Amino acid sequence: MPVSLASSKAIFDALKKCDIGVVSALPETWLVHLIRMADDDPEMILVRLAKEEEGVGISAGAHFAGVKSAMLMQNHGFLASINGIVSFAHLYKIPLLMLISYRGSFGERDPWQTQGGNVTEALLRAMGIPYSLLDTIESVEKRIRQAQTLAESSLQPVALLLTRDMMWEE
Amino acid sequence: MLRLDCLRAIYPQLENCLVVTIMGATAAELHSLGHRPNFFYLQHAMGLASSTGLGLALSLPDQKIVVFDGDGSLLMNLGSLSTMARYRPGNLVHVVFDNESLLSVGGFPTATSTGTDLEGIARAAGIPRALTVRAVEDFRTAVKDALNGTQLTSLIAKVEPRGPSGYVTDLSLVENRFQFRRYIQSLKRQ
Repeated sequence: MPVSLASSKAIFDALKKCDIGVVSALPETWLVHLIRMADDDPEMILVRLAKEEEGVGISAGAHFAGVKSAMLMQNHGFLASINGIVSFAHLYKIPLLMLISYRGSFGERDPWQTQGGNVTEALLRAMGIPYSLLDTIESVEKRIRQAQTLAESSLQPVALLLTRDMMWEE
Repeated sequence: MLRLDCLRAIYPQLENCLVVTIMGATAAELHSLGHRPNFFYLQHAMGLASSTGLGLALSLPDQKIVVFDGDGSLLMNLGSLSTMARYRPGNLVHVVFDNESLLSVGGFPTATSTGTDLEGIARAAGIPRALTVRAVEDFRTAVKDALNGTQLTSLIAKVEPRGPSGYVTDLSLVENRFQFRRYIQSLKRQ
């Protein structure tokens, strides 16, 4: 499977440097290494979800407990989480660090991913969620640290879109 | 059995727990008994009270967490039962007030009114202890047992579809959220 191990490792190491203690995840192809790394790390609590929206509650609970968290999901999982983001994270000013695999963009071969790819950035903008692309391994550590810092200082959801260039090696 | 009577019966036991409630009547009734800084009322995002309780329970394994869920909210997020069961934190007590109705949004009957069995779903999802009670004294005993025990419990309390006349309290949502977090952080410093 040509999911980038090096990029996954860089992302995981950056999360560790941000003291992320809880990670919620719903598996998808591009996230497979990241989820395994979180599972293998005895200091990290990995919560495997049935549906991504649960992760908003998990992260809110962790935030109340004083534990930093991150959410791993596909962009379709972001679509499935929108009510939770709006009527919990936005309404109650809960910081979320959302790492979203950006399927359905340039280079996508799976037809079923393409519609979600069309609307992902437009929805993030419509919801007023600050976001940035993760597209080079060199920028990963700094960008994740910056996203986490902004989420905590502004008490709101912040998104990083994990791009094909980062996650897929062809 | 009235939900308010259930809440009143266990109110003293909530003093040392972290409590998360769903929206509407449940939140308003607990608030009416006397707000405490360890109560968080999730006034929207139906379905996520149990997920929030799970996030708290996994992050604070030495704290007792009580979630007051409802049939309408739980039916919106049944997957939460399987996620809770997967990690089964023994410090989490999941109470579901089942009035077979979406009372706070107009009283429309839910699927539990036509036979959906939340205790059965919870047990089949893998929740280690799942039980149903129909009397206040049984409710009091069941909550006490769950709080004293070490197994994740889903307690289904069958209650009448009756609630307060209004749901808005004088506690702003954001104030509640900051107070709740500050309370937890003060516990950690003790």
